[in-house]
Amino acid sequence: MADLDDLVTVPLHAVAHGRAGDKGNRLNISVIPYEAEAYALLAAQLTPARVLALFAHRRAAKVTRYDLPLLHAFNFVIDDVLEGGVNGSLNLDGHGKTNSFRLLSLPVEMPRRLLRAPQRIGADGQA
Amino acid sequence: MFRIGNGAGFSGDRIDAAGPVVDTLIARGGPAAIFFEVLGERTVALAQLEKRRDPARGYEPMLERLLEPILVKCARHGIAIVGNFGAANPPGAARAIARLAEGLGLGDLRIAIVEGDDIRDGVDLARLEVYAADAALDQGASAIVSANAYLNAQPIVEALRAGAQVVATGRCGDPSLALAPLIHHYGWEENDWDRLALGSAVGHLLECGSQLTGGVYYDPGYKDIPDPANIGFPIAEVGADGRMFVGKADATGGVVNLQVVKEQLIYEVHDPANYITPDVTLDFSGVSLRQDGADRVEVMGVRGKPAPERLKATVCFEGGWLGEGEISVAGPNCLARAKSIAEVLLERLRRRKLKVQSRVDLIGVASVHDDDSGTLWRSYSGPEPADIRVRLAVAGSAHDDVDQAAREVLALLCCGPAGSGGARWRTTQRIRTQSYLVPRASVHPRVSVKPAGDWL
Repeated sequence: MADLDDLVTVPLHAVAHGRAGDKGNRLNISVIPYEAEAYALLAAQLTPARVLALFAHRRAAKVTRYDLPLLHAFNFVIDDVLEGGVNGSLNLDGHGKTNSFRLLSLPVEMPRRLLRAPQRIGADGQA
Repeated sequence: MFRIGNGAGFSGDRIDAAGPVVDTLIARGGPAAIFFEVLGERTVALAQLEKRRDPARGYEPMLERLLEPILVKCARHGIAIVGNFGAANPPGAARAIARLAEGLGLGDLRIAIVEGDDIRDGVDLARLEVYAADAALDQGASAIVSANAYLNAQPIVEALRAGAQVVATGRCGDPSLALAPLIHHYGWEENDWDRLALGSAVGHLLECGSQLTGGVYYDPGYKDIPDPANIGFPIAEVGADGRMFVGKADATGGVVNLQVVKEQLIYEVHDPANYITPDVTLDFSGVSLRQDGADRVEVMGVRGKPAPERLKATVCFEGGWLGEGEISVAGPNCLARAKSIAEVLLERLRRRKLKVQSRVDLIGVASVHDDDSGTLWRSYSGPEPADIRVRLAVAGSAHDDVDQAAREVLALLCCGPAGSGGARWRTTQRIRTQSYLVPRASVHPRVSVKPAGDWL
């Protein structure tokens, strides 16, 4: 068993949860670490540029990150990612609600002790 | 202490959710109200289309099913019911509630409607500023189906002051539905921004129903909740001192913890320091939360700033037609067969020169995260799935082109690759929306309150 302080590369989902919501052609996704200590580590890694790259194939125009340090939470606002929004999109998920889990698939580097379910993740970061 | 519960978070929500909320409000005692938020951005346009077909309809289709289990209990215990179930036809909703009330022996039930949100006849859209989140959409010259301004809480307050026991509105701010009973109970002033923000935060947190109590939240092994088949809907308590707690109906599943409250607090919010409603601009940047026993969280630090000068109005346009067709392949080599189906369908649309926009999804490889050009499934290099459903989606202004395009999926039952089956196709009328900012002076809310018998 590896040390709990070891850094592992894991999907964001292993350390944080979140929720997506839409208004028009704009999507917001919250990212909330399970452990408060992960907040600062995520602040350094979850740059708007990295999030924008995740949605580049959808031609997202812009990502703005709002920080909520009292809640240890981030709010990512992604413009023009919904290919027309719920009423115009050909996508099955016109609301974009499933996109929270696209963001939660982003790889991040974290000490093992901050993982939600550290027993599930091996020394190589794989579940 | 005033309690307000939520009985539905969207049109299509569970119809048995409100019962345990009302039972809990009665068991706790004290003044209380329940609200229903059932009017999504385009629900009002779908209701307008229904009203065109049948002028008596065009209100929330599940209205009677939502209210029947609770109406007698609420009337007996003085629990006001507020909901935007009027949709495109608040008088129609009032008549439906009145019929239900008479049948339940509540002929004196005071039913109110709020109208005036429909601005189709009073406003020139060309002169209005487009709401920022929509700026990239081009609606062209499509026909308008509906145009509704988001009214604030004040007309609902007026109805409650006139003794309304049920209030059916059309379009209003979703949080306004919860704010209004609080203004009515506590007599908050129209410019007491911190109090209005407190009440609007209650509405914001509760307006999606179970999303505050475990819905859109549970994630097995990571975020588990008890009994997800019976998630209890939320109840908030607001004190005269401005303290606010959120919880849920007794004897139900779901959870109210810091994680789920954080998720819902930020849901559909852009700048947390400026969440705009017709009643007040909320500032969530100083919010903190405290778990106060099982399934109970205190929400602190909500601040308010003046309401925006203009109201948001959502306009729905006829958006042509959507056609969808699906067909499945499974077993050995299904990925190659699915890709072949995708390419053949797109080639068929080109050959037939059908005037449609198109997209293919490979469900089982990428059903929702892809873009219209199929970047994700085209570049997919992982293991072959056991089973793939190919989905063609097309949009166009001519129904026949859209229908013909979708039927190309059906034709694959004979013309497609080996082992394709389970084809389905359908067309649906589309609605497109665009939001604008409307001067308050050009919007004129109207309130009518009458006993059930007088609505019939």
